[in-house]
Amino acid sequence: MNRYVERIYNGVVKENPTFILMLGMCPTLAVSTAAINGLGMGVSTTVVLILSNVIISALRKIIPDEVRLPSYIVIVATLVTITELLIEAYLPSLYDALGIYIPLIVVNCIILGRAEAYANKNSVGLAAFDGIGMGIGFTVALTIVGFIRELVGAGTAFGIQIIPKSVEPIGIFIKAPGAFLVLALVIAVMNAFQVKNRSDELVSGCDGCCANCAMKPENCGKEEAKA
Amino acid sequence: MTSLIIIIVSCALVNNVVLNQFLGICSFLGVSKQMKASASLGGAVIFVLTIASAVASLLYDYVLEPFGLDYMKTIVFILVIAALVQIVEMFLKKTSPGLYKALGIYLPLITTNCAVLGVALTNVQDEYNFVESVVAGFGTAVGYTIAIVLLAGIRARLDEESIPAPFRGAPVVLLAAALMSIAFMGFGGLSL
Repeated sequence: MNRYVERIYNGVVKENPTFILMLGMCPTLAVSTAAINGLGMGVSTTVVLILSNVIISALRKIIPDEVRLPSYIVIVATLVTITELLIEAYLPSLYDALGIYIPLIVVNCIILGRAEAYANKNSVGLAAFDGIGMGIGFTVALTIVGFIRELVGAGTAFGIQIIPKSVEPIGIFIKAPGAFLVLALVIAVMNAFQVKNRSDELVSGCDGCCANCAMKPENCGKEEAKA
Repeated sequence: MTSLIIIIVSCALVNNVVLNQFLGICSFLGVSKQMKASASLGGAVIFVLTIASAVASLLYDYVLEPFGLDYMKTIVFILVIAALVQIVEMFLKKTSPGLYKALGIYLPLITTNCAVLGVALTNVQDEYNFVESVVAGFGTAVGYTIAIVLLAGIRARLDEESIPAPFRGAPVVLLAAALMSIAFMGFGGLSL
């Protein structure tokens, strides 16, 4: 398979950041109250991820190894601020719906994780496609979780009434517990169909915390190094 | 004084940072495998979050806002938090080796814990003054500690249960979190 296509496949299916690697859980759970919010968050994160991968990959020979993490954080934070201002200006309703979770894209483990594990070792083109693949994988996952929660919790899909109004929707699905519940069920269904969830491997490798990946990249880059 | 108590209760229980606002989920799910580690991480979060809220509040009130640099807050806060964690780590290592031994390895984990940045940004959004920010930071961290220690306790029990194969691993932990979240919704009934 073409290496670029392989990157997309890897991000969407093989190493889906949400369902397989279980990274970036905070936005997944928080903004998935409606399909459209999930989609908006996914697209915003994808844009930041692609740009940060490209910039970090382009600068990989210039940034000294000792200060690479602070450098990455500044790059990502700048991109996030630009994205936040753009959303505030052009999509005010999305800005209100996502709220504080837009600036929190900075600490989304997927972005720093990809920078450490992939972008700083590979060419600009491959890093861009890695960002696209991971971004689409994240967007699809968020939209699926958002779709289920919105359908069961409010009876709508993307704001359109699907389940007749006479059927009382199960409101708890769009409240906080519903987020944990839906994600648990989606992963359990995937397990039942033998799609291997790799969060446990990751837990042993990185103590299950993205922050640890950022601090000890040698634990996390293993997969990529072998490939 | 009453308003400060309300802030603590509201941050720790009613709007629990993990179960209601979904901040710090990574470490909540990752570290809660062991009770001892969870308690230590909770201690480290209380420590860092309180200091970080204080510093972020001062920075915002005396530097960012007067100079109209409001839009820089995300970049400034994340860098300040990262630097702060490093300084706290070095300071503890020198002055209190006992505390460093207990919290040490968890301190770097906290830099990218979104709860820290989240609280700094929420404090600005809610227009809290310095004292309120510190109290909110402390209350949030206490809420985080309560949640992670409770989940660690549940997971210790789960280890001895026979769980249907598809639910083993992540799903059962998420289900436990869902039930905890329902329980914490009960605090929403408190009229503050």
